[in-house]
Amino acid sequence: MSDHPLLSVTGVTKRYGAHIGCADVSFDLYPGEVLGIVGESGSGKSTLLNCLAGHLAPDAGQVVFDTRGHGPRDTITMSEPERRMLGRTDWAFVHQHARDGLRMGVSAGGNVGERLMAVGARHYGDIRGKAADWLDRVEIDTDRIDDRPSTFSGGMQQRLQIARNLVTGPRLVFMDEPTGGLDVSVQARILDLLRGLVRDMGLSAIIVTHDLAVVRLLADRLMVMKSGHVVESGLTDQVLDDPQHGYTQLLVSSVLQV
Amino acid sequence: MTVQDYQAEPAYNFAYLDEQTKRMIRRAILKGLAVPGYQVPFASREMPMPYGWGTGGVQVSAAVLTPDDRFKVIDQGADDTTHAVSIRSFFERTAGVETTTKTALASVIQTRHRIPEAALTEDQILVYQVPIPEPLRFLEPRESETRKMHSLEEYGLMHVKLYEDISRHGHIATSYAYPVRVEGRYVMDPSPIPKFDNPKLDDCPAIQLFGAGREQRIYALPPYTKSVSLDFEDHPFDPSKAAHPCGLCGAEDSYLDEVILDDKGGRLFVCSDTDYCEERQAQGHRGKDAA
Repeated sequence: MSDHPLLSVTGVTKRYGAHIGCADVSFDLYPGEVLGIVGESGSGKSTLLNCLAGHLAPDAGQVVFDTRGHGPRDTITMSEPERRMLGRTDWAFVHQHARDGLRMGVSAGGNVGERLMAVGARHYGDIRGKAADWLDRVEIDTDRIDDRPSTFSGGMQQRLQIARNLVTGPRLVFMDEPTGGLDVSVQARILDLLRGLVRDMGLSAIIVTHDLAVVRLLADRLMVMKSGHVVESGLTDQVLDDPQHGYTQLLVSSVLQV
Repeated sequence: MTVQDYQAEPAYNFAYLDEQTKRMIRRAILKGLAVPGYQVPFASREMPMPYGWGTGGVQVSAAVLTPDDRFKVIDQGADDTTHAVSIRSFFERTAGVETTTKTALASVIQTRHRIPEAALTEDQILVYQVPIPEPLRFLEPRESETRKMHSLEEYGLMHVKLYEDISRHGHIATSYAYPVRVEGRYVMDPSPIPKFDNPKLDDCPAIQLFGAGREQRIYALPPYTKSVSLDFEDHPFDPSKAAHPCGLCGAEDSYLDEVILDDKGGRLFVCSDTDYCEERQAQGHRGKDAA
C-alpha cells in the first residue's frame, strides 16, 4: 500500500433542506483498500456515496482524488467535464439495480464497449475482443455477446454491469448495494467474483450496503452510519466482533443466525 | 399573382410568415452558421400543413427567400410528387417567386431526404427538412443529457450505435441519417438523406440549412465546411448505392430508386433525382429499360 491516500474525504455534508443527508464525514482511502459503509435505510449511506462519486453536489467538504495526470485534485471544485471524464476512466459506479447502470436496448458487447468508445477506442475488432474477454472474466458465456441484457437473469445483469464498469481499468469503484435484490446463491457468486477482481486488479472500492455479510467478506475497513453521522469506524473484523457504539451493537445483534 | 398584388393586401405578407417571425428565424440561422452543426432552438410556428410535411424546411425557406429567388423543391429526389408540388405551389402563391425543377437554375432548393446529383454552387442555398434533429435521440432519451453530451463532446455513444450495427449485421447497416462530425466538433444528423449523399455534405460550396419544425431546431453548414461521416478504423464509411445503372438514362454515378414493375420479379432501377435523369435523357443518354 502506498503512503498517499487515493481518496481523501474531509467534512462532507449534504442537507436536504432542514434534513441532514450526511454530516461532516471524513476518511482516507488508500490504494487497494476496500471500505464498507453500513447503516440502516435512511442513514445517509447512499447520499454520501453519491456525493463522493460526483452525482450529488455536497454543501460542504472536500473530496480529494489522487488523479493519474495531475496528482491530488478536489473533485467537487473541478470542472464538470473533468469530473465526467474521471467517471468514465478512473472511477466506476455499480448500481444496486443493474437496469440503472446498463443500456437495456444495447447488446452485452455494446454495453461493455461503451466506456472504451467513450474514451476514444475506434477499432471494432479490438473493442469486441475486449468485451468478449471481460464477459469471460465475469463468467458470462461469450456466445451471448450479442444478446440484450433484457434477456439476462438478474445475476447476469449485475455481472454484466460490473464488466462494463471495469473494462477501462478504473482505480476506484463505488458500489451501491451491489448484491441487493439477488438471491443468496447468486449473491455468493457475485461476492466471489468481486473479491477476485478487487484482489487481482488492486482496486480500491467503497461499498455501501446494509448486508453485514457482504462487508465481512469484502471490506478491509468499515464505517457505520446512523442519521447521517458516522458513529463508528475501524477494521471490519474489529467493528463486527467487538462493536463499541450502541447502534453498531444493535446492528450486529440483529443479524439472523441460521 | 405577383408580389405587388400581395403587398396591396395588408393582411398578407411576403412568404407567408410575418416579418418578426422571419427575423427570429434568420437570427437562429445566423447563429447556426456561426456554430456549424449546433442545434439552435427557435420558436417554430404553426404552419398550414401537418408536422412531418416539412414545416421546419418551409419556415427556413420562407425566412431566406427574396422576391428575386428561383425556388425548387425536391421530395426524395423527385420534383413531381405531391409533397414537392404542394410546397412549390405554396411559395408560388404566398411569395410569388419563380419556381423551377432544374437544379442549376434554382437559387433556393428545399429538399426532403436527398442532395441533388448536380454539383451545387456558391450562389445556392439548400434547405433540408428534418424530422428528428438529435443524432443521439434513440440512444439517450433525456434531452437534458443529450445537450450536456453535445456541450462536453461526449460522443462515444454514437459509436455504440454503429457497434450494434456491425455486431448484428456484419457491417454498418445505418443507411440514412448517417451521423457526421462537423469541423471536428458537433455530431450532426444530416436529416434522412441516404448515406450515399454524405460525401456531398463535405466541403459543399452552397449554404446548407436544416430546419426541424416539430422539434423547433435549426442548424446549418456554412459553405466549405468539413463534415466527416463517423466510422470504425476496421469498418470504414462506405457510401453505398444499388449496384446497377439507371434504367432510363444509364447513369452509373447517381443514387437509384428500385421500382417494382409486376409480381413476377420485374424491377427497374431509376435515378431518384428526376431532374438529373431527365437532363441526361435530353442529352441523349439511354438506359436499357428506356422506352
